[in-house]
Amino acid sequence: MDEPKNVCVFAEVQDGQVAEVSLELLGKAAELAAELGGRVGAFLLGESVEHLATALFAHGCDEVHMAQHRALAHYASLPYADVLVRMVRESRPAVVLFGATTTGRDLAPRVASALRVGLTADCTDLRIGPHQDLVAGRDYPKLLYQIRPAFGGNIIATIVNPETRPQMATVREGVMRMGAAKPGRRGKLIRFDGSVERSLLCVELLEEHRAERKVNLKKANVIVSGGAGVGSKENFALIRRLAETLGGEVGASRAAVDAGFIEKAHQVGQTGTTVRPKLYIACGISGAVQHRAGMQESSKIVAINTDPNAPILQIAHYGIVGDLNQVIPTLIDVYKEHAK
Amino acid sequence: MAYEIIVCVKQVPDTENLTGEAMKEDGTVNRAALPAIVNPEDLNALEMALRIKDAHGGRVTTVTMGPPAAAEAMRECLYRGADHAVLLTDRRFAASDTLATSYVLSCAIRKLPAPDLVLCGRQAIDGDTAQIGPQLAEKLGLPQFTYVEEVRQISDRSITVKRVLEHGYEVLRGPLPALLTVTSSANDPRPPSAKRLMKHKKARAACELGAQATPDRLEELRRRGLLIEQWGADEIACDAVSCGGKGSPTRVKEINFVRLLSEEHKRVEPTKEGIGGLVEELMREHIFD
Repeated sequence: MDEPKNVCVFAEVQDGQVAEVSLELLGKAAELAAELGGRVGAFLLGESVEHLATALFAHGCDEVHMAQHRALAHYASLPYADVLVRMVRESRPAVVLFGATTTGRDLAPRVASALRVGLTADCTDLRIGPHQDLVAGRDYPKLLYQIRPAFGGNIIATIVNPETRPQMATVREGVMRMGAAKPGRRGKLIRFDGSVERSLLCVELLEEHRAERKVNLKKANVIVSGGAGVGSKENFALIRRLAETLGGEVGASRAAVDAGFIEKAHQVGQTGTTVRPKLYIACGISGAVQHRAGMQESSKIVAINTDPNAPILQIAHYGIVGDLNQVIPTLIDVYKEHAK
Repeated sequence: MAYEIIVCVKQVPDTENLTGEAMKEDGTVNRAALPAIVNPEDLNALEMALRIKDAHGGRVTTVTMGPPAAAEAMRECLYRGADHAVLLTDRRFAASDTLATSYVLSCAIRKLPAPDLVLCGRQAIDGDTAQIGPQLAEKLGLPQFTYVEEVRQISDRSITVKRVLEHGYEVLRGPLPALLTVTSSANDPRPPSAKRLMKHKKARAACELGAQATPDRLEELRRRGLLIEQWGADEIACDAVSCGGKGSPTRVKEINFVRLLSEEHKRVEPTKEGIGGLVEELMREHIFD
């Protein structure tokens, strides 16, 4: 059989729309498919989702593999995994990408396990490149490089899956940039059987509560983020005050979220949200590579830290070595004076 | 009814104390260089198991795959209330990725009394992949409930759970047996009990006894509830090509140390004048418009 070349994205449906992260991934999929000389595909599952194919085509998809069935009305692990495994086996893509949402992170590992293929979580970059594999004793001219910060510190790991296909990865929302839609762009719609055995319908959805997305870090022009250095939940009020003064959003490092200073929705970084605001102010954040992966493309970075050796000061355009408890109130006062 | 519950646990390096020196050439972690702890969310899974046992009766078995030193993580679980602990250790397990690890765990779980529930932490702090739970569920042919914050109801046939999602939550009901992954918001894990600590600090796995690991000695420990069961690939009928590096489709191709960029770095004095200059500069560049 031919070496697979196509690159496919799992098109996640949220509130009746294709999730932004899936559209973002289509842009990256197009780049990868061009390198491989293959086509861009999407896996679209749901009860009545055919109309969503238009958006997928507009964002660069050549082929939409669609399974429509009542059993797929809501996301559920067992039926979705079962149908997707069949779709992947039949369509034989080289690469399958998932948004690293709760759904993507529930589905992708179950599918990878059933297909016995490798899966890399939370990639911050994807590229195609050659690989000489010493274990298999083979040269692979075009493998997917799955790039992610590894394990604390300033380390980026490149992971490859030399022998198994498809090569699978998850990517957080916001990591890849969404390309402009080309309305009217057409592609091929390929239908799959979406029916599943009754035994796979054993889990019932009893209640669903969707809260409005209160925090929108991706759209903010200014983000003021606090880290472990803020010290306490109470002291996070200082971060909020500065954000409010500057008309920005409140962000946080993982350390601050883990310490319970602020909710997870505010987390910036590899396992949080990737942001590119005009101004990012990092307060009491040391700057682990996972955090930097989520904010280093900000136009201007200001870092406030007591430790002159904190890594964040190295990537900041403006570094203030000082106590945030004194610097932030001064910054608020000075800004108010200038804004008059 | 009483529930047979298995909790999968990982011993992880305490990443708070991580330095670049702890990385080995091949991209794996030199765990010996870091303090080892029980993965935090695995303790939430253990706590959930113990609460179900407290309310309904049953037995809680913790299972870990790791080097011989991971026996310490099993003792930690015994201190907190686990009834029984199993250490999966074998050179052939080394370099397992998540697919191979979930396979090894599935072999061990098949050898244990059939569980009603398998619980895992949502994810481990050293890899953050959150993949073991769903992969293990697939290998065992169980329904999975990930991101579980609460067990609302449990009976001999079914379980109702609350899953926390990005923007809200959902409540699901499904059959037992099932696999759950548990979030840190689910509970506050109980600390080790002093009484259990006194007793179980003497718990040992065979690999820790060296030459003293005679059948008699192991039997004596088992009788006193102080044996950490130790299984290798052969004991759990694990196919050697499906575990360890051989059973792992992913490979670390390359590790790069990130160079920090400071193209146009400016130090700003933490004074009113210094900060004033910064604000003026940002305003000139229309950052706040």
